[in-house]
Amino acid sequence: MIHSLFLINSSGDIFLEKHWKSVVSRSVCDYFFEAQERATEAENVPPVIPTPHHYLLSVYRHKIFFVAVIQTEVPPLFVIEFLHRVVDTFQDYFGVCSEPVIKDNVVVVYEVLEEMLDNGFPLATESNILKELIKPPTILRTVVNTITGSTNVGDQLPTGQLSVVPWRRTGVKYTNNEAYFDVVEEIDAIMDKSGSTVTAEIQGVIDACVKLTGMPDLTLSFMNPRLLDDVSFHPCVRFKRWESERILSFIPPDGNFRLLSYHVSAQNLVAIPVYVKHSISFRDSSSLGRFEITVGPKQTMGKTIEGVTVTSQMPKGVLNMSLTPSQGTHTFDPVTKMLSWDVGKINPQKLPSLKGTLSLQAGASKPDENPTINLQFKIQQLAISGLKVNRLDMYGEKYKPFKGIKYMTKAGKFQVRT
Amino acid sequence: MTSNSLAYSEQPGGGEAAELGQEAIPAPAPAGAFGLFGSDVKKNEDLKQMLESNKDSAKLEAMKRIVGMIAKGKNASELFPAVVKNVASKNIEIKKLVYVYLVRYAEEQQDLALLSISTFQRALKDPNQLIRASALRVLSSIRVPIIVPIMMLAIKEASADLSPYVRKNAAHAIQKLYSLDPEQKEMLIEVIEKLLKDKSTLVAGSVVMAFEEVCPDRIDLIHKNYRKLCNLLVDVEEWGQVVIIHMLTRYARTQFVSPWREDDGLDDNEKNFYESEDEETEKSDKRKKQYTMDPDHRLLIRNTKPLLQSRNAAVVMAVAQLYWHISPKSEAGIISKSLVRLLRSHREVQYIVLQNIATMSIQRKGMFEPYLKSFYVRSTDPTMIKTLKLEILTNLANEANISTLLREFQTYVKSQDKQFAAATIQTIGRCATNISEVTETCLSGLVCLLSNRDEIVVAESVVVIKKLLQMQPAQHGEIIKHMAKLLDSIAVPVARASILWLIGENCERVPRIAPDVLRKMAKSFTSEDDLVKLQILNLGAKLYLTNSKQTKLLTQYILNLGKYDQNYDIRDRTRFIRQLIVPNEKSGALSKYAKKIFLAQKPAPLLESPFKERDHFQLGTLSHTLNIRASGYLELSNWPEVAPDPSVRNVEVIGLAKEWAPSGKTKKENPVKKFYSESEEEEEEDSSDSNNDSENRSGSESGGDSSEDSSEDSSSEQESESESESEVENKRSSKTQRKSDLEDRGKKTSRSKTSDMSSTGSSSAEENSSDSESESESESETESRKVPKVKEKKPQQDRNPINPGVSLLDLDDFNLVSTPIALPTPALSPSLIADLEGLNLSSSSSVINVSTPVFVPTKTHVLLHRMSGKGLAAHYFFPRQPCIFDDKMVSVQITLNNTSDRKIENIHIGEKKLPVGMKMHVFNPIDSLEPEGSITVSVGIDFCDSTQTASFQLCTKDDCFNVNIQPPVGELLLPMTMSEKEFKKEQGMLTGMNEASATIIAAPQNFTSSMILQKVVNVANLGAVPTSQDNIHRFAAKTVHSGSLMLVTVELKEGSTAQLIINTEETLIGSVLLRELKPVLSQG
Repeated sequence: MIHSLFLINSSGDIFLEKHWKSVVSRSVCDYFFEAQERATEAENVPPVIPTPHHYLLSVYRHKIFFVAVIQTEVPPLFVIEFLHRVVDTFQDYFGVCSEPVIKDNVVVVYEVLEEMLDNGFPLATESNILKELIKPPTILRTVVNTITGSTNVGDQLPTGQLSVVPWRRTGVKYTNNEAYFDVVEEIDAIMDKSGSTVTAEIQGVIDACVKLTGMPDLTLSFMNPRLLDDVSFHPCVRFKRWESERILSFIPPDGNFRLLSYHVSAQNLVAIPVYVKHSISFRDSSSLGRFEITVGPKQTMGKTIEGVTVTSQMPKGVLNMSLTPSQGTHTFDPVTKMLSWDVGKINPQKLPSLKGTLSLQAGASKPDENPTINLQFKIQQLAISGLKVNRLDMYGEKYKPFKGIKYMTKAGKFQVRT
Repeated sequence: MTSNSLAYSEQPGGGEAAELGQEAIPAPAPAGAFGLFGSDVKKNEDLKQMLESNKDSAKLEAMKRIVGMIAKGKNASELFPAVVKNVASKNIEIKKLVYVYLVRYAEEQQDLALLSISTFQRALKDPNQLIRASALRVLSSIRVPIIVPIMMLAIKEASADLSPYVRKNAAHAIQKLYSLDPEQKEMLIEVIEKLLKDKSTLVAGSVVMAFEEVCPDRIDLIHKNYRKLCNLLVDVEEWGQVVIIHMLTRYARTQFVSPWREDDGLDDNEKNFYESEDEETEKSDKRKKQYTMDPDHRLLIRNTKPLLQSRNAAVVMAVAQLYWHISPKSEAGIISKSLVRLLRSHREVQYIVLQNIATMSIQRKGMFEPYLKSFYVRSTDPTMIKTLKLEILTNLANEANISTLLREFQTYVKSQDKQFAAATIQTIGRCATNISEVTETCLSGLVCLLSNRDEIVVAESVVVIKKLLQMQPAQHGEIIKHMAKLLDSIAVPVARASILWLIGENCERVPRIAPDVLRKMAKSFTSEDDLVKLQILNLGAKLYLTNSKQTKLLTQYILNLGKYDQNYDIRDRTRFIRQLIVPNEKSGALSKYAKKIFLAQKPAPLLESPFKERDHFQLGTLSHTLNIRASGYLELSNWPEVAPDPSVRNVEVIGLAKEWAPSGKTKKENPVKKFYSESEEEEEEDSSDSNNDSENRSGSESGGDSSEDSSEDSSSEQESESESESEVENKRSSKTQRKSDLEDRGKKTSRSKTSDMSSTGSSSAEENSSDSESESESESETESRKVPKVKEKKPQQDRNPINPGVSLLDLDDFNLVSTPIALPTPALSPSLIADLEGLNLSSSSSVINVSTPVFVPTKTHVLLHRMSGKGLAAHYFFPRQPCIFDDKMVSVQITLNNTSDRKIENIHIGEKKLPVGMKMHVFNPIDSLEPEGSITVSVGIDFCDSTQTASFQLCTKDDCFNVNIQPPVGELLLPMTMSEKEFKKEQGMLTGMNEASATIIAAPQNFTSSMILQKVVNVANLGAVPTSQDNIHRFAAKTVHSGSLMLVTVELKEGSTAQLIINTEETLIGSVLLRELKPVLSQG
């Protein structure tokens, strides 16, 4: 399946290569560079590039291209999903996934990659298992290793690999047993000029951080599970139980994991927590335009909207902007024409606004469309869909765990057309 | 590193020579002198020294640096001898790194690599499975042809290893060996065959991968393992799932007949599935006209469904393509939701998924229409995503949504991303051609765009308008004039060429403008683009033919210019045109037809989706993404006309009984055997419970083994094997093996639960039972969704004798639902079972069980006659589904018909006059019912296990009608499955007062098993119990309200008599049922 993997940084250097079958010369990446050049932006590089003898499948994350070389027919998503899993694993191992970190830990990276694939077919991708095979580097462990001569490499087959709960290792021990669940919902929306909703939907995830001793068996139930329209689970969730009772029943992996991602059914109207008032005008005659936006809360269920940032890609004709915000800071990059305004909290009594003028290229005709405004925000302690966890129970272990559930609503792809 | 070593990497063969060369050079550099200025030679010398030192830490350091070199793509091959010595190092990390090195360079240094082989051979016998496995991994990764026999041997041995992990590695090694030496194919196929039989989920994915790579055409190897693979699927690791699903898709396309027959309607399949064996009996006359889904086909479709919920996009896509390619069209709809979910994922995933949706949306628009808005484009999407979304929006456009879409397109046209804007314009053009209602609107919109400031937008609009006008040129003189004016301003060659062509084509409609345009173009001819020049020539020729008076000279001037043009094509075209249109003595017969040639009616271009022709590739494949046949692409075959023999999938080959009766008999025998060993066991219950509970992840080891065994000694039961059946099997034959396991488990349980055994225990026992109860609830939901279908099929079903063989199967399904005869189950948390090692899963791994009653009578009862209901007629019948509102209720389907000629509004249930204790769940009021309209609603009534009448008022806006429902006693039951043994045990407890019996006399032909079954289930909703004796038929059910058992026995005696015995606590119902059954059974 996957023949080789090349890691390419944004300046086009191949800084890591790994082959699982016969060596494929790195010159194969020339086809990739060609495509990259044609695409102008990194985002537009096609994920699948055919070359005379190979196919290059790539993902772009953290400013690194992960290019897999394959030779024969294979479901492309198989490779792409795997590459993303590789990135996730690196992130899990090293905290960040960046070129310097990978270069620093090249041996661990190599060992991990060796375990993840055998002959190009995924062998162990579950981070729990990998971590038992190859322990992530920590300062402490490095020190200990140099003194004792022990290694980062496990010499036993991880128990998870053979058990029916491969995602959990055995013999987990904690003094404080805790289980935290974050219900995070994102609103994807497109608002039109007049402020009415073109499309809006809510996607949510439940991220968990479970540090429990032994083999706990958890059940999590919702007050209103009907809200969940489409769900995808971590493999630990018992599907049947969900089908029949709408209860999440699972033996959790150890540590952080994504328990569930869901989509809130489309019939439910989505409450839009913010509105943006805008007036952006370019005049044909003069080289000046007016710009004014105000952000305000709409349906927030009494919660404060925080972490608001407004970004907007200005038309090419805009040379500069002179703006004054009522709060927060703003920047305008005259090269990329990107305006961003870090608003912070919205105070309903005093709505934040950004006013001023923009100067246009002299002589150029006025741009025929207004920029779209992208919005980011956060609302703590609120799941906008109204989803509520009813209870969390633990079976199979006898201690009392500490349980915590946090709700948060965020803007996903939230766009306002002007 | 310098160019020196890079050069080596280019020519791996030269590595050795180079190394020798280097060794010849004396290397005087002291250790540690590497670094920025150190030469290669020095550095490698240093590494060599470190590798040869005694200290592990130095060796490790050296190995780490070497791996670093490999990672950067630098050549480290000259270190081979020094590295390979460490292959037997005690330090596991050094060893691993040496392995990495070996695998990378062994191919280049074959002779030296052989030195390491003996180490691996030794390691292959290591007691530690990880070491065995990794030795095999490395050994098979060393691409040295000489060791092929050793590899072969190692693979063979490993494939019989006790550790599934080692076997998994053996499966991987097969592929490696095959790519190294394809000659070994035959031997490898043998190993594959063996590993395919493996019951470990760990192995399944890898061996199927090997199968796909080595012998994808040997479909015969799959037959025997087909059901096992289907059943294991949910528990296989995600990557294996993808591979298996793809393979099974291909398999299904060769082994089953198409479920897509048009004449068969959409929802036939459900019913047919349950009747599949019926066909066996009446094969000859029915097979032709009626489609039957093979139960194995259904098994695959059903078992893959939960995987749509996977977090792995590749798995979801794989299931989606499976549904697309092999499921009945009516069922494929469920995949759209999951695919739309994937659109939230990374850009690359979106790209592939959108491509596949694009292909799907061409053929079956309806699937994605509800998700139209999910494909709206955001300004932040990368261009490739934007264009794909546009493509899908275009495919989904229809009369209903086009206006919304056009509004959406308007914003896209204004996008800053001009490439995208241009694509949008093309899209608008396609919508305009596809949907004739909006052609005009689109056209005028596009004309407006002609005054856009952006040239790309205008050019694209021109091209699209040209295509649109070509379809209906007559009325658009104005637009053509407008476009002619644009020629002055627009510079994009394609657009100019398009305008010219348009004018030429319509020169008779714009007689005054056309010559003028030609005049202008003649002036600028020399500076035009080639494309435009060709069109100028064209225009000239056409005008010459239609309006030679005005344009003769102009055309000749242009032809002269063209004659001396630099471009070959233009000169060529000029000559050609001149010969055709300018009459001279040499010109042949053709010039007479010049007008016909130039001004022929041209067919309008078809604006088609670029994804149109992709559908011949299997979805989700690389070939589909690229629209090129990728190497190694396996064609998805067409459905066979006639299904190949389905019996090949039976695990034990025994001739299929043609008639159901004998086979039914054997079937009934089996369960007896199964349950004999079962007694008191709480353990038993417990294990099966936890089986259900934890999706069979738990308790799988023993289950797996046993199911294999059982399938070997039980013969024909596989005929219609379903997961539940095998579950029952497991129960039986795993008995002996499992006992010991259970004991183990029991120990574990008690170990971890010593202190609060009682509390946790009981609570999780409750858990379990509630589990299964609510399962039944959910099933009832699915059932109720199916109800309309069932109803439609009723008449047919009636005619067919019911087939007990198949029904048994269904009841077995039901077993899971209705067995909460809550034997006190000791708590065994799934985690504990999970704790147990071993991945062998039973073939009974989790799938969603669809349960149905044996038979749903078609008889409807009148609730309200149309005469008394002032045009509103109501009928009801009992769908025999567990009620979705409350499990103590009987569900009743009421069909309301409006036979009057006006609308009936606000139909609802008014006042209820129910006897004490009875409850009723009403339907939601119906706003209005059109004349001739009909609507089916379902209500739930808790009859308290009595045949008392439920009276209530059925009200419309104007009137209230008193109606009542009196349930036949047979409808107050829910069928149950139990083993014969259980049956007998229960029966033993329900004697004396609780027993009612009667003797019946009837002709012997009425006492065939099928007749009895048919008659009994027609009257009452009972479930058949497998039986070991020919002459005894048993049926079981429980009452809906109280859940009391209702056991019915029909015992055939000598001389056409039979004894009918009913055992139940609810003696009243029992006697009523007896009264009802008696005449039915005795009559001919």
